[in-house]
Amino acid sequence: MSENPSTTSAGEASADRRRRTKLRLNSSMIIGGVLILLIVALALVSFIWTPYGPSAVDPVARLQPSSPEHLFGTDRFGRDTLTWIMYGARITLMVGIVAVGIAVLIGTPVGIVAAVFAQYPWGAWLGAVIMRANDILLAFPALLLAIVFAAVYQPGTGPAMVAVGIAAIPGFARVARSGTMQVLGSEYVRAAKASNRSVPAIAIVHVLPNIASMVIVQASVAFAISVLAEAGLSFLGLGTQAPVPSWGRMLQESQQFLSTQPGLALWPGLFIAIAVLGFNLLGDGLRDRFDPKMEARGNG
Amino acid sequence: MISYVANRAIQFVLALLVASVVVFALMSILPGNAAQVALGTNATPEAVAALEAQYGLDQPPLIRYFDWVGGMLAGDFGTSYVTGAPITPVILGSVQVTGILVIAAIILAIVIAVPLGTFAALEQRNWIGVTISALSQIGIAVPNFLAAIILVIVFSLTLGWFPSQGWMAPVEGLGGFLIRLVLPVVSLALVQAAILTRYVRSAVLDVMREDYIRTARAKGLTRTKALFVHGLRNAAIPVITVAGVQLATLLVGAVIIEQIFVIPGIGSELVRSVANRDLVTVQGIVMVLVLLVLVINFIVDVLYPIVDPRIRKAS
Amino acid sequence: MDENLLEVRDLTITPAGAQAPVLQDVSLSLAPGERVGLIGESGSGKSLTAQSVMGLLPEELRAEGSVSLQGFDGNVLAAKEKTLARMRSDLVSMVFQEPMSALNPLMRIGDQIAEVLRIHGEVRRGDIPGRVLDLLTSVHMPDPASARFAYPHQMSGGQRQRVMLAIALANSPRLLICDEPTTALDVTVQKHMLDLIAERVAAVQAGLLFITHDLAVVAGVCDRVSVMYAGRIVETGSVAQIFTDPQHEYTRGLLASSDLESTDARGKLYTLKTALSYAGPTEAADPTGVAGSGKEVASDDADEPATASTGEGLSTDTSAPLIDVSGVSKHFRSRGLLLRRRSPVRALDDVSFSVAAGQRLGIVGESGSGKSTLLTILSGLDRPTSGQVRVGDIRVESASSTALKSLREDLQIVFQDPFASLDPRMRVEDIVSEPLVARGMARDERLARVEEMLLAVDLDTTAMRRYPHQFSGGQRQRISIARALVTRPQILVADEPVSALDVSVRAQVLNLLTDLVDDYALTLLFVSHDLGVVKHLCSDVIVMKDGRIVESGSTEDIYANPREDYTRSLIAATPSLAGALASAT
Repeated sequence: MSENPSTTSAGEASADRRRRTKLRLNSSMIIGGVLILLIVALALVSFIWTPYGPSAVDPVARLQPSSPEHLFGTDRFGRDTLTWIMYGARITLMVGIVAVGIAVLIGTPVGIVAAVFAQYPWGAWLGAVIMRANDILLAFPALLLAIVFAAVYQPGTGPAMVAVGIAAIPGFARVARSGTMQVLGSEYVRAAKASNRSVPAIAIVHVLPNIASMVIVQASVAFAISVLAEAGLSFLGLGTQAPVPSWGRMLQESQQFLSTQPGLALWPGLFIAIAVLGFNLLGDGLRDRFDPKMEARGNG
Repeated sequence: MISYVANRAIQFVLALLVASVVVFALMSILPGNAAQVALGTNATPEAVAALEAQYGLDQPPLIRYFDWVGGMLAGDFGTSYVTGAPITPVILGSVQVTGILVIAAIILAIVIAVPLGTFAALEQRNWIGVTISALSQIGIAVPNFLAAIILVIVFSLTLGWFPSQGWMAPVEGLGGFLIRLVLPVVSLALVQAAILTRYVRSAVLDVMREDYIRTARAKGLTRTKALFVHGLRNAAIPVITVAGVQLATLLVGAVIIEQIFVIPGIGSELVRSVANRDLVTVQGIVMVLVLLVLVINFIVDVLYPIVDPRIRKAS
Repeated sequence: MDENLLEVRDLTITPAGAQAPVLQDVSLSLAPGERVGLIGESGSGKSLTAQSVMGLLPEELRAEGSVSLQGFDGNVLAAKEKTLARMRSDLVSMVFQEPMSALNPLMRIGDQIAEVLRIHGEVRRGDIPGRVLDLLTSVHMPDPASARFAYPHQMSGGQRQRVMLAIALANSPRLLICDEPTTALDVTVQKHMLDLIAERVAAVQAGLLFITHDLAVVAGVCDRVSVMYAGRIVETGSVAQIFTDPQHEYTRGLLASSDLESTDARGKLYTLKTALSYAGPTEAADPTGVAGSGKEVASDDADEPATASTGEGLSTDTSAPLIDVSGVSKHFRSRGLLLRRRSPVRALDDVSFSVAAGQRLGIVGESGSGKSTLLTILSGLDRPTSGQVRVGDIRVESASSTALKSLREDLQIVFQDPFASLDPRMRVEDIVSEPLVARGMARDERLARVEEMLLAVDLDTTAMRRYPHQFSGGQRQRISIARALVTRPQILVADEPVSALDVSVRAQVLNLLTDLVDDYALTLLFVSHDLGVVKHLCSDVIVMKDGRIVESGSTEDIYANPREDYTRSLIAATPSLAGALASAT
């Protein structure tokens, strides 16, 4: 090679500098993360310590407002609301984890497979059928599916988690499919094909790392939705059953005491909102962080 | 344009067909059968068999499916195993109630969200834009049943402006109808408005970055005017999609609001049927809800080419 | 000072929150009716300058200095949006680079033109439709009467750019700013567009500020040129002065590396580094006549003959052509809805040619000519509808997957877009070694090969652990080339490998490619829309249009005596420094 060894002209160097973006954390991610950590901490601590037992009834101290003994007050049986909030965090997180787990593990591969099929003349229709089926599943919102499950099986946390998870599948399938399509259409995949890489190898080496960010964002948003769905179902009496503490059912049971003891409704309501807000903010923050549009801003 | 609509219509019918099979399979084939569920776990096998025979449940599934679909096409959703009464009038009556709620809520949400979201986008760097943004983020996190409870505490129990529950049909008295409509509709609309505000804001921000807005400004329009003349219609395309999804969400989301305000909508009917183990009614209601969701999707699909000439030609 | 139409003084632009300005002390003036070119590479700040004049700077940028315009009171940089809107309506207009996105997709063309007239408000409402028609006719829009009712997506890029020009000229501005107006267009369309801009600007007697990266283009359109580099204006002068007697080192470098007709003593294109010995644009530069570069040549001269003979050796002892394409067609069926079948698009129509080992074949054509489809078929990524393709002893059109595997060992591709062709989430070592993984080579051996290849493309081995976004466009294209050559293929296919690069970088990459083709005795298929690049690099050329081969032969022959009209118009339309200068002076 008989060329000059130094290659970087000044123009190239400035382009180089522009591409290096510093942005790592943003305020949405930080606030969201803190809120989520709060919920997680409540759930974890509840395994070691709670102010009272979850079923510790105190007939004398019924429907108490906030006090040093009962920080969040007590319910109609004199049970400590803070204790119940802490236990409720467990159910909330468990439902979210299981539902999102189901949706990620089924939806993502389905989306990838549909996109990969669409690459072949023999598989195009199969890919289309998969996505049509996906669209039809979209016509069954999480709450409806969960109600159907509750009708057919016994109402409970299990069927609720599964129903919410199934209803979240189409979201993941769509995200995974469009991401995969984008990656498969890229020049670096053409280059990989020209380098004799097989389709499964391309899916693992190129597709997965590149769609991971989108799937993570979707997971965060889906987690927020499943928290809402579980609360709604328990509120209707079709989710988590007594005596297991759940925020949605606490809210429902508070209804008869709205005029005398509104705090009973506000505490579980507040924590549902905190959990949903946390995951939504995290999702937003991650999206901004991953969005190539945000990164490649500012070309002269 | 015509072939586009025809294509969407065929997809709609196919989706409806598949959905009906799914609903039927879920409710009638998978777990034991409707008669067993209706009578409870400790019913004698003889009683179950008798009920099965009475409603034709001993027929093969395929025949029962066609009976069911044929009935629905003729406007008959069957008879409840629990009450023995026909289901169709129950569904029709309650769907109307829910329809009023949901449509009023989505209109209110759009009326709030479109100006607010646009304003938040235009003022994105000012404190007011940031505040709108933050408020909408919090609004999304408030479940509609929590909003309902807070509204009841404030406007019904404390201020006494509106009744805390109940329903009156418009024909029974318009004033009574409207005053009972306010709290449920507002609690449904607030959350949706918060969601929609965020979408409108980001759609407007996206559009503002488009080259054709720059062209419009180069022609001599101000930034704001360029947005109104050229931007809003372009921004409408993603917003229509979201509003359609929201309408579908509301249909089912109204279930909880109907419970709180004791409104005889389709959601209340659904929950009651589930509690009564009335699977045939549940099946009918689920099918109606799925039908409505698919109809909404179809309408949204047909709206696209009206807004966007590029879709009129392509598939 | 006041008699100038446009006066930019000490314009400095700093992004919000940043310390260093992206534009520094830019001063520029333009007399009424004058045509000034603003030239620079990507990131030089030329577009920002134009946006400042229009008052269209993005909000997150802070501008200092002054911009004054004849007929406008005060400093444009300090004016309110409302007064700026008035100014844009009455005094200045702009044509943008991207014809695909600059028009509102939801609005008919006629309405978009009529809008300017309404805003400007000098044409009576009733006369607007007639005026729209006049404007469309004046920019030579085919069938202007029905074009009024078309939507932007129904038009070609060139037609849309005509519409943009009609919009810009509708209010008879005193100043027209064109920001890379032809960069996204094919050369023949570019030629028409440039002529049209010159014609219309003269007709309405407006001043012109013409922004481009292409020296040859600017020479044909402008009287005076300002050269921008890294946010500053480094040199201003008349076209003739800039082209024949550049004062600044960068101008000289830009000029030298733009010139594909001249080579230095070693037969290489001039780069920013070797620009000192560049003598200026001439029809045929005589390398021996260049003074002052003798000592540089001497040191490197030794390995030149050796590599050249390797190349010759392979081409002479092979009798049958290495690649043989006969009667290849490729039709795409656009998928109709349900029952409707649309007529197929003929991307390739009965294409035949052959390539001998060691040959360098250029494939030239404009967008839609089928040149990229041809590459896809040659490399076995897609199959032809009919016809035969033979590469070595492999029948590509019917090859089994094992045969395709061995084809791809011998034939590698360098893609156009240096940003899209490298997986952003892979390290350079994994990217370059990817073709070896498929071969099942052990990791240590792979890394050794990668190291060797990176050195061969003049990158150092610290690059191995880094990610693509840490490299500039030119460096990425080197990585791309390294990946293509790591399997030691016989054939290198390059798909517009330099068209996304800045001119100064382009020369470096082309030189590298020439070296590698020699050193590795490669057979080169070079696809490009740029006749100049192909002329420099290739021994033979194929000219394609609408999926057919229009003309083929040795490069010298075709350029000297084109037989077909299309080839002639293509050659005539390609901007060349020497030609532009001759017409300018």
